[in-house]
Amino acid sequence: MEAAGKLIAVIGDEDTVTGFLLAGVGHRTASGSNFLIVKSDTQQKTVEDAFKSYITRDDIGIVLINQHIANNIRHVLKDYNQTIPTVLEIPSKEHPYDPAQDYIMQRVNMFLTGGSGD
Amino acid sequence: MSTEVPPTRMNQQIFKVKKKAAESGHKLLKKKADALKVKFRDYAKQIAETKGSMSSDASSAFFSLTQAEYAAGNFKQKVAEGSMTARIRVGAGVDNVAGVKLPVFTPFETGATADNQSLGLVGGGKKIVAVREKFSHLLQILIKLASLQTSFQTLDEALKVTNRRVNALENVTIPKIQKLLDYILRELDELEREDFTRLKLVQSAKEAHQKEAEAEKKKLIAAGKYKHADKANEEDITAQFDAQDDADVVF
Repeated sequence: MEAAGKLIAVIGDEDTVTGFLLAGVGHRTASGSNFLIVKSDTQQKTVEDAFKSYITRDDIGIVLINQHIANNIRHVLKDYNQTIPTVLEIPSKEHPYDPAQDYIMQRVNMFLTGGSGD
Repeated sequence: MSTEVPPTRMNQQIFKVKKKAAESGHKLLKKKADALKVKFRDYAKQIAETKGSMSSDASSAFFSLTQAEYAAGNFKQKVAEGSMTARIRVGAGVDNVAGVKLPVFTPFETGATADNQSLGLVGGGKKIVAVREKFSHLLQILIKLASLQTSFQTLDEALKVTNRRVNALENVTIPKIQKLLDYILRELDELEREDFTRLKLVQSAKEAHQKEAEAEKKKLIAAGKYKHADKANEEDITAQFDAQDDADVVF
């Protein structure tokens, strides 16, 4: 990938991925693509493997993932603490955004409501 | 460590300087920690707001997708097929905030040709264009959110490290140096007192010796056998400094 910027990867249900592909994030070459459509019959392992491969690639800057899918691989996400690529949880058509489940939001709220504890 | 450092005045000076350095370092780090905390709070607020608005943008984007499906039929499969090149990429930049380098994402277009231009030809073309727009808009917000998120995480780490250093200085380094300085001071005092006592002893010993010598001299004069100082000059003078008589001179 000679392009200067990094790609945006998407792991989501069909609607989510379609929408973002239309917006132009999709990139597919012979070596692979940067998106994964997760259907109801998709194995959890497939999702995990895709996620692990996206975060190890150095041409991906952001990984978008539907929140309900993120919940299924929460154990992998919990151990993830690289800065780049950054993992962003997004709502899907059926599952609207729930801030309680988002790891980052938990940290944010803990800080904002926990007060100024050093 | 306090037993290994000899209690000398030089060491006292050295450690006084070290303590000053540690204290000023501590003050500076505290300031940095405070600055970081303010920025951190800032980012936390921004993230909370942006995520909220992102949620509503996402729902409207999905809604437009449903509308497009209704109008153009099932085009989802066609979108996912074929080779494609990304039209949107993100540039990873670095922002310097209060001395901490934070990663920032900036979106830019690669200028690659848009795929699936032929999607909406049968019907619902406008709706598909609307979907593109909505999702592009959502993407921009998401990129901004990703920037905020990474900055937030990096700041978090930096804040933790700085606080750790502040605490280390406060609770370990400075008390240690202080204890050392106290020890040196005590020992120096002790040595001074010893010296003082010894000097006093020597003085009183000398005085006693002097009194004896005087008494001897008087006896000799009375007996008429006193040698005058002029005659045996050298002998007397060297005799004064004769080391064997002096108990406190140790060679």
